Amino acid sequence: MKIAFSTSGESLDAPLDARFGRAPRFLLFDLDSGSARLVDNGVSRASSQGAGIQAADSVARAGAGAVVTGHCGPKAFQVLHAAGIQVFSCHAATVGEALQQYRSGTLVEQTGADVAGHWE
Amino acid sequence: MKVAIASGKGGTGKTTVAVNLARAWGAPVQLLDCDVEEPNAHLFLGGEPGEEIPVFIRIPSVDEALCDACGECGRFCEFHAIVVVGKAPIVFPGMCHACGGCAKVCPRGAIREIDARIGVIETRLSDTVSLTLGRLDVGVSMAPPLVHAVRARIQEGSPAILDAPAGTSCTVVATLRETDFVVLVTEPTPFGLHDLTLAVDLVRELRLPFGVVVNRVGVGDDRVHAWCRKERIEILLEIPDDRRIAEGYARGRLLIEALPEYAGLFRSLADSIQVRAGVAA
Repeated sequence: MKIAFSTSGESLDAPLDARFGRAPRFLLFDLDSGSARLVDNGVSRASSQGAGIQAADSVARAGAGAVVTGHCGPKAFQVLHAAGIQVFSCHAATVGEALQQYRSGTLVEQTGADVAGHWE
Repeated sequence: MKVAIASGKGGTGKTTVAVNLARAWGAPVQLLDCDVEEPNAHLFLGGEPGEEIPVFIRIPSVDEALCDACGECGRFCEFHAIVVVGKAPIVFPGMCHACGGCAKVCPRGAIREIDARIGVIETRLSDTVSLTLGRLDVGVSMAPPLVHAVRARIQEGSPAILDAPAGTSCTVVATLRETDFVVLVTEPTPFGLHDLTLAVDLVRELRLPFGVVVNRVGVGDDRVHAWCRKERIEILLEIPDDRRIAEGYARGRLLIEALPEYAGLFRSLADSIQVRAGVAA
C-alpha cells in the first residue's frame, strides 16, 4: 500500500506539513517496495477555493491507500472517504517520524474532518 | 445612468455616501444594496419591507444509474464543485458557479441542473428612493449570482446607485461592471490609502471613470490627498471628521437629516457625478 504524507520538503527528513489541501506536495511512500516518489500539489495550493478537494483527487489518482497529515477539512475528507482512502492525523515533526508512527500502529484513523475548511 | 459606490477598505463610509446621495438626489432614484453578505442601507432609509423574492442558482444533480464515472465533469470544472472518485461524482454545491458546463460535457446525459437557493431580494420604497437589496442565505458563499439578480431589478428611466461590498473581490467586480461612474470612498489613514490603491487598480482595469470621496478628513495624515494629486485622481467630496456624524449613524439616521448643514455637500456630489457620468456616456 502507498501512503501520502503532506510535506514542504522532498525526503523522509523533511517536515510533515500540518495542512492537507495547501501542502506544497505529498511524499508517496510505498510500504511494499520501500520506495518513495513526490506528488506535486502546486495547482491545489494556488487555487482560490477547493484546494482540499483537488489535493484529495490528486492523491487518489496517485494510488494512495492512506493519507497522513496534520489536519483534514470536511470537503477533502469527503473525497478521500469516497475514494476509500484512510486519513490519519499526525503531529510528528518529520515525514520519517510520521512513517515510524504509522508502522508502529500508534496513529488513529480519523472518522471525519477534524477541522473546518480554511482552518489555518 | 448607473453609479457605483465602492471602497477598498471596509468602514470608510460607502453606505453613508450611498444612502445620503440617494436621498439628496432630488428626483426618484434607485438604490441597490449589493453588499449581499451584510446589507444595511435599509437601516437608514426606513420604508416598509416588500415581499422577499427567493434567488436560485442551477447546480448539477447526477443520475448515478446513468453515470459511468468517466470523470469528464470533474476535469471540466475548474472550481472543483464536482469531482469523480470511486463510482460516482461528488457535488459540492457551495463551490458551484452555476455555469452548467458539467451537464454539457457529460457524454451519458447523466447530469441535470436543479435549483439551489442562495438568498433573497427585498424591495422597499422610502420617499423618492426605491431600494432593492440582496440578502445571501447563511452558509452560502456564492455571492456574485445574487448581485447579478439584484442588478437585474434595475429599471430604465431613473438613475441607479449601487452600494458595493468592501474590498476588490468577485462580488465587487460584479457590482462595478458596466456602471457609468464609480465613487471610491476612503479615509485619510495608511490603511485607507493602501486599500484605495487596490480599488483604483481595479476600476482602472475595468476601464471605469471614477472619483474619490475622502471621509473623516482631519484624522490621519495627508498621504491620500498627496497620492490622488500625483495620480491625477479627482477628489469629489471631503466629509469632515465630526463626532456628531458617527452619533447619527449609530442611531440609524441619515446624515443629511440629522445634520442638515451637510445636505449641500451631497447635493453637490450628485451634481458632480451627473456631469462626469454624462461626459463618460
